[in-house]
Amino acid sequence: MVDFGGWDMPVQYPAGTIEEHLRTRNHAGLFDVSHMGEIDVRGTDAISFANRVTSNDVTKLIDGQAQYSALTTPQGTVVDDLLVYRISADHLLLVVNASTTDKDWDWISSQKASESVELKNVSADYCQLAIQGPDALKILQQLTDVQLAEIKYYHFTQGTVNNTPAIISRTGYTGEDGFEVYAAPNEAEQLWNKILETGKFGQADGIVPCGLAARNTLRLEAGMALYGNDIDDTTTLLEANLGWICKLDKGDFIGRESLVKQKEAGVSRRLVGFEVTERGIARDHQNVVVNDKVVGQVTSGSPAPFLKKNIGFAYVPIELAAAGQQIKIDVRGRLVDAQVVKTPFYKRSR
Amino acid sequence: MANVPEDLHYSKDHEWVRVDGDQAIIGITDYAQNSLGDVVYVELPKPAESFAVNESFGSVESVKAVSEVFTPVAGEVVKINESLADEPEKVNSDPYGDGWMIRVRMSNPGEVDSMLTAAEYEDFTKAETE
Repeated sequence: MVDFGGWDMPVQYPAGTIEEHLRTRNHAGLFDVSHMGEIDVRGTDAISFANRVTSNDVTKLIDGQAQYSALTTPQGTVVDDLLVYRISADHLLLVVNASTTDKDWDWISSQKASESVELKNVSADYCQLAIQGPDALKILQQLTDVQLAEIKYYHFTQGTVNNTPAIISRTGYTGEDGFEVYAAPNEAEQLWNKILETGKFGQADGIVPCGLAARNTLRLEAGMALYGNDIDDTTTLLEANLGWICKLDKGDFIGRESLVKQKEAGVSRRLVGFEVTERGIARDHQNVVVNDKVVGQVTSGSPAPFLKKNIGFAYVPIELAAAGQQIKIDVRGRLVDAQVVKTPFYKRSR
Repeated sequence: MANVPEDLHYSKDHEWVRVDGDQAIIGITDYAQNSLGDVVYVELPKPAESFAVNESFGSVESVKAVSEVFTPVAGEVVKINESLADEPEKVNSDPYGDGWMIRVRMSNPGEVDSMLTAAEYEDFTKAETE
């Protein structure tokens, strides 16, 4: 167990990280992500308020739709990345990272101006279980009357799971199909056990519980950024390749001016994916070296259990950011060859 | 409960030593491999390199972490387990057998006497777990 933003979390369960990772790719994995924070935004100005503090276009959401977005600083850097759920025109739910929940709450509260909006930190009102992988739908379907196949990717519905009220969201952080289920926290244990039982935990093709290490390797293979590693309040959304969640023409939002300027001038560095091309594993914080000069830093580096490669994310100067660029990673004093590649590293076949 | 063979010597860094004449075979313990998780990469020295006692001779990497491995006895490397390059998982499946790491010619064979016995090592890991 490790401390993770104040939560005691397992790095891995007895199956081990590699098996947890592979089982999620091939069958199903269950993740207790109750540590994630939830912030309720209610009121007639809920949408316009959220649209001002986040970078993606909240007005494009319909009821029952979710959106990946970011809370931005005036500099266009990232307070946190998050999901914005539109429950109704006057009710949104923001799902944020665990370690940043308090910071996000302070930030969002401090941004409230004259809008008619009521904010509430409801993190303690929800447990969240993520069931991910190609078998996720058929396992979860046995526990709910909601027609799961009808929920589109990045949409959600309210129903019951195992007879308990829940938000069922077709989202995830693994690169697989799957669902995230939000329910009352006192239901967490029973729900967890029921999903494992229904998913035939213990059988070779059954579901397995997955820890933080597999959550990290799965998201990295899928090319998803991790707050605190790949993005933070020193990296802008454009540098982090998150221009697609920066709707610069949606109207004013915090950081827009800086991002418009940076877009016009062009970014000087960019987050890239890389693959190690010889023996060696790149790790977080190691230096990227080109022509004997340190040009950047690895923000996430790890073995990729499904791809059986050693991969990572790093910030490099824009002139070194094209796929195919040869770089070296300083692995504890040894310079290891690597190559910039396109992300995602892994894309599931649909 | 971790497997701790009687006939080996142990270090507090969780290496084991099997004495073979004036040579020592070195690996990591069952307790160590179990705490590391799936081993995906093992970096070993080259034959003929020499190490002082308690010097880092390589590293063992799991998906999540890198751990250095140390020489419990000083000496010159005479052989390394080359098969670990392609099958690092042997460190998990057979830590005291096929998962061995290096064989050294000891410069001071008396050093093993200051290492832990199996019983002492078992007590040591118990204390570490509690």
